[in-house]
Amino acid sequence: MTPPPQASVALPAAAGPGARRRRRTALLMQDRNVLGALFLLPAGTLLIVLLAYPLALGIWLGFTDRTVGTPGHFVWLENYLSLFSDAVFRLVVFNTLFYTIVASAIKFPLGLYLAILLNRRIRFASILRAVVLLPFVVPTVLSAVAFWWIYDSQFSIISWALVKLGLINHYIDFLGDPWNARWSVIAANVWRGVPFVAITLLAGLQTISPSLYEAAMLDGATPIQRFRYITLPLLTPIIGVVMTFSVLMTFADFQLIYSITRGGPINATHLMATLSFERAITGGKLGEGAALANLMIPFLLGAIMFSYFGLQRRGRGAG
Amino acid sequence: MGGIARRDVLKTAGAAVGASLLAPGLARAEPTWKGAPEPEARLRVLRWKQFIQAEYDAFMENVRAFTKATGVKVRVDAESWEDIRPKAAVAAATGAGPDIIIGTLDDPFKFADKLVDLTDVADYLGAKYGGWYKTAQAYGRKGDRWIALPQGAAGGTVNYRISTLKKAGFEEFPKDLPGFLKVCQKFKELGKPPGLALGHATGDANGWTQWCLWAHGGKVVDEHDNVVLNSPETRAALEYAKQLYATFIEGVLSWLDPSNNKAFLADQIGLTLNGISIYTVAKNSPDPTVRAIAADMNHANLPIGPVGFHTEDQLVLNAYVYHYTKYPKAAKEFLRFMWEKPQVDLWETRSNGYVTAPLPGLNDNPVWTADPKVTPFRDVLNYALPNGYAGSLGAASAAVMGDFVVVDMFAEACTNAQTVEGAMKRAAERAKRFYA
Repeated sequence: MTPPPQASVALPAAAGPGARRRRRTALLMQDRNVLGALFLLPAGTLLIVLLAYPLALGIWLGFTDRTVGTPGHFVWLENYLSLFSDAVFRLVVFNTLFYTIVASAIKFPLGLYLAILLNRRIRFASILRAVVLLPFVVPTVLSAVAFWWIYDSQFSIISWALVKLGLINHYIDFLGDPWNARWSVIAANVWRGVPFVAITLLAGLQTISPSLYEAAMLDGATPIQRFRYITLPLLTPIIGVVMTFSVLMTFADFQLIYSITRGGPINATHLMATLSFERAITGGKLGEGAALANLMIPFLLGAIMFSYFGLQRRGRGAG
Repeated sequence: MGGIARRDVLKTAGAAVGASLLAPGLARAEPTWKGAPEPEARLRVLRWKQFIQAEYDAFMENVRAFTKATGVKVRVDAESWEDIRPKAAVAAATGAGPDIIIGTLDDPFKFADKLVDLTDVADYLGAKYGGWYKTAQAYGRKGDRWIALPQGAAGGTVNYRISTLKKAGFEEFPKDLPGFLKVCQKFKELGKPPGLALGHATGDANGWTQWCLWAHGGKVVDEHDNVVLNSPETRAALEYAKQLYATFIEGVLSWLDPSNNKAFLADQIGLTLNGISIYTVAKNSPDPTVRAIAADMNHANLPIGPVGFHTEDQLVLNAYVYHYTKYPKAAKEFLRFMWEKPQVDLWETRSNGYVTAPLPGLNDNPVWTADPKVTPFRDVLNYALPNGYAGSLGAASAAVMGDFVVVDMFAEACTNAQTVEGAMKRAAERAKRFYA
């Protein structure tokens, strides 16, 4: 900070050093490195305050037995060891992996298919694209409440329609049976997640130069060959990024589950994020909840590494 | 300047603590109250979100009367009672937030050291209105110190269809377990099956499973917080619940708190456990078919099991004041004022008895008897046991409830996902993690 100008006016004796200081400041301001650091400062502060600090605090909390009312002590790995011996936690890890893998595996081909369809020259293309994006735009909690009604054991519109059509004779217990419930929440997640995959892949498709397809067509390549040898290799980097994001968002899903099932029935749809919330906030065990959240980090890092080393590099080589 | 202001606050807080140490002796001698709010005091209150607008309006009318009488400005925010729990926890952990929270159940016991001692107010009100109900006291007092002021219970009772009960051959609702089971079986035969939530429904599912467990003499922990869930009594409770479950409508395993309201009002079920909300909604519905349900429904307290006393589990509401408040005296004065009979009476009358009062002296409001269908709600606090019975309220009891240990045990046994033995053992293991 430069000193206020009136200081030098009021105190003439200080004018000499004050002026020199100002000159030095001006010089510093012309230094690229100083200036660069200065410009980075706001972003850096934001990252440290909003990301690095909470993350570090969360990791630290995971090693303590802190509860809502007490400061807690450092307990090394006690939270983690106790979690590994907890049957509910083991079930929840299975649920989370199953939910993430299956939902992502459905979202990718569906999103790619939609993207390719939308990339064609069709009427009302921009309107259709906007419509496809809708599920992603609707607030999660709203769509979750809608699904809660769709899956209701007494008022489900799906059951009602099927009964009226004479296809089934009693209502489907969507959320009351553990496996039905798992598939139901996966369907809700896919519905919500597909637009993100589709629209991003569509953006990727549109960066591919049409001349490549023209050349391939002249060489007599079939549509499948064009897809296999032009679209897929050029799209791979985008696929890597999209699927990493998709996996991260699915893995850390909270709102859908919390609104539709609360993790029930008998914990069949509890995910690591919902269990972490319940243990830390409802149950008051902040340390254990933090440990649970921290245990998500290795999985998420794994997903990022996979896409970075597996997909990105291959994409760059092909491009 | 900032330093001086802070020291002032500390002095005020110190004076308040001093006052609260002296006051119990005075209060016990005779129920007089000599509280005065700090000058220029203002309060922020966070309370549970209303289910009945008239209830909130009456509450706010009382708040305005308080402001008029004392000059203390009060800001009231309301949020869903389940959302208050994380907020209360954050306020305790960070030392900032509303001065007063009117929340639920064991929350204040999770951070008792962060709360202002309310013993003087509780003693004064207790002496004036005939002594706190036992379960109300359990939700307010920790050791010999009151950390919260019970506001009452948003009670739950059996909601049933009168015509179906008559058709089933009962003149009045049974008061014992075999009779209750028979009613449920008859209701199913008559095409109006019972429906009690078995999903992760904090209120409804805990409500009936805890009752069933305790009615048979089972409990998660004994008086010394040792896990004693694995017992013949628990086994009996689970066997009984399996028979009940066989009569339920399909899908209760997925039910959350609002599910049974919807099903009852849609004429899908003939019996459930709920607060007065179904009746209130039905009575005030513009739809004549729904109003007909109100005319054909009644309430009854859950039956008494082999233990020989009522074992209901109720949603108890309690108010607590955080240490960080700058105006502890004003906060106490506010609570005292809101808990006095004229205010409680206005509030109860307008809300048509939504909350059961925590003191017998406050519980003679005519709303409880004007409509006999409301009467079963009046005494629920007298019939309830505290959460985590027979142990202490605190982090462990809250965690066991938050983790749905008891609900899951019943769900596993009822659906044959586990044997009765298996469900019981698994639940005991889970409970031990929290009570360790």
